[in-house]
Amino acid sequence: MSQFKYVNEINSLFTLEGPLTRGPPLRFQKKGQENFNTSNLNMNNSSKSKSTLNNSTSKTPTKNGGSDVVRFGRKTPSKTPSKGKSKSTTPTPNKGSKTPNGDRFIPSRSATNFDFAHFKLNLNDNEENGAKTLELQKQICDSLNGESISKQRILSYQKKAPSAPEGFVNPMRVIYSQTKTPASVKSNNRYIPQAPDRILDAPDIIDDYYLNLMDWSANNVLAAALGAQVYLWNAGTGNIEQLLELQGNDYICSLAWIQAGDYLAVGTTTGTVELWDCSAFKRLRSMTGHSARVGSLAWNNYVLTSGCRTGQMIHHDVRQREHLLSTISAHSQEICGLKWSPDGKYLASGGNDNVLNIWPSVSGGFHSQNQPLHTLTAHQAAVKALAWCPWQPHVLASGGGTADRHIRFWNCNTGACLNAVDTKSQVCSILWSSHYKELISGHGFANNELIIWKYPGMTKVTELTGHTARVLHLAMSPDGSTVLSAGADETLRLWKCFAVNSVKKKEVQAKSKSSVLKQSIR
Amino acid sequence: MATVQKSKSAITLRGSAEIVCDYLNYGINSILFQRGLYPPESFKNTENYELTMLMSTDQKIIEFLENTLTQVKEWLVGRIVNKIALVIMNVKTLEVLERWDFHVEYEGDTSSVEQHSEKPLNTIKKEIRDVLRQITSSVTYLPLLDCLCSFDIQVYTKNDVELPKEWAESEAANVKNAQCVKMRSFSTNIHKMETVVTYKNDDL
Repeated sequence: MSQFKYVNEINSLFTLEGPLTRGPPLRFQKKGQENFNTSNLNMNNSSKSKSTLNNSTSKTPTKNGGSDVVRFGRKTPSKTPSKGKSKSTTPTPNKGSKTPNGDRFIPSRSATNFDFAHFKLNLNDNEENGAKTLELQKQICDSLNGESISKQRILSYQKKAPSAPEGFVNPMRVIYSQTKTPASVKSNNRYIPQAPDRILDAPDIIDDYYLNLMDWSANNVLAAALGAQVYLWNAGTGNIEQLLELQGNDYICSLAWIQAGDYLAVGTTTGTVELWDCSAFKRLRSMTGHSARVGSLAWNNYVLTSGCRTGQMIHHDVRQREHLLSTISAHSQEICGLKWSPDGKYLASGGNDNVLNIWPSVSGGFHSQNQPLHTLTAHQAAVKALAWCPWQPHVLASGGGTADRHIRFWNCNTGACLNAVDTKSQVCSILWSSHYKELISGHGFANNELIIWKYPGMTKVTELTGHTARVLHLAMSPDGSTVLSAGADETLRLWKCFAVNSVKKKEVQAKSKSSVLKQSIR
Repeated sequence: MATVQKSKSAITLRGSAEIVCDYLNYGINSILFQRGLYPPESFKNTENYELTMLMSTDQKIIEFLENTLTQVKEWLVGRIVNKIALVIMNVKTLEVLERWDFHVEYEGDTSSVEQHSEKPLNTIKKEIRDVLRQITSSVTYLPLLDCLCSFDIQVYTKNDVELPKEWAESEAANVKNAQCVKMRSFSTNIHKMETVVTYKNDDL
């Protein structure tokens, strides 16, 4: 049987001109079938033999592909009614003998009472609607207020919690404002010259880890102490002038420029701190207070903080005749590192007693309180290298001496150590770059090199070698592009390691301009 | 033996109130930290619900929360609290920027004082953990609170409550242009807590 069926189907497929046998029946055929069926049914009632014949043929419709009548017995909508009707004797009123040709509903208007119906409809509507709106209002109220307002009280405790301190900025701002990872990936590709830009001679520079003999001012003047003399090198013009020379066996122990201006503070072996006006080459005042050499100095506005070999720390108010603001026994041994944070909130002091102290500033003043906020003892050697992060004012980098060799990062708000890196060499000095998320450190034995680190990953960007003895001090030019390193080999080397790519900067500016233009056109 | 075990796992009405208050304490502290209302340095890590929760170390905040929540606990036992709302507002303009609602529903036999719940404590803690996780992750869609903010806790109670000392009635804090996000809820089978955050939508 099946093979015949197959052959039949194939034939019907190839006979294109013949009547359609596959697919849904055409509209006129359906209509015809309906008529046929209903008329058929009427006949069925009388003669069952014909309906059975119809059913049996509908089972194998393809047999007689040519005949229209049989084909309608296939899976067309008319199949089911024909089956059902063959069983049930009463036809549906719709398709029954009354209105065989359509499915229209024709109401008998004479039997309906319109007035009554209208009244009934409206009556129900009004009553139900009223109840519903009330219910709805109540529910809305409930969902808005938890429970209806009339039934509850809102209470609160009267001693309120304090708000955040004044000037506090939501730390979450970082999450919302930053779009890229904080460390710039591109800067890794920048060109860093491996050789120094310039080499200056620094004869008689004292090879002493505990001193701070170099500082670069905001006016682009570098001060360097060579033995008993202080020289000023104007980086713009190249002029070198001698500022002062101490008598006898005394030598300079520390130098520090005021943040803005031409005033230089000089610490000496005798324990005095001198203040010099470098535009007039004139000593303004000499401040006493220490009993031993002053190895470290730091400015915070009009307050000059000096650290002494005895471990004492003095805050001088340089404007006052009575300059002594406070004397603090900060360390048990010589203070060799002293730095105020850029926002003036904290003072970091590092000593030969391997302790790093963080001092909070007094409120309303520019000197520190008498008790340290944090005493950090993680370093295993003298802490000389100190540097505050320019973009995160509470982050401090500190480097330890020969026995320690670590650079550590501190969150000074909490006192937590954020990171520690073993540099495998004495850390003499640290500087943060203001252009890149990087920092540079000067090292001693064995390589006497400068290392540029990427922050916060602390991967080495590059190593700058050239010094033949340890790198004692580092200073950064006011534009942040050049680093000067003073080596114990009596040379000063200028490294252009943080130069900003001017072309790229211009491109960025041009881009932003064009986008503004676009907006205005639109 | 069986009775001993039964009493071990049963949670009383007061115990349930305590669980709820613990949740509120941790939840509120977590919100204060996550939303950056106070400096992150003033929070310390605490382990609870198998999570590291950050709790404020500010003495005044601790006191405020303690006083408030002790009172809330009493009211929870008395079944008169409908809702506890943590309101975050701008200090300067006093505009309400955000409101965290903790709806309370009372389940089971709400008339008896001797109500017990057989729900295991671990299951409840797990449910609480899920809610707290959601609170923590809410930072991703909530807008930045870019101003000095303070917070307040309002307790919505039934009408027949006696006003305790140092408590006063306050006005409902409504957020303008509000957007709502519902968190998961948890239940002790005595109290059911539902957490909803309502925040000001700036995008419109």
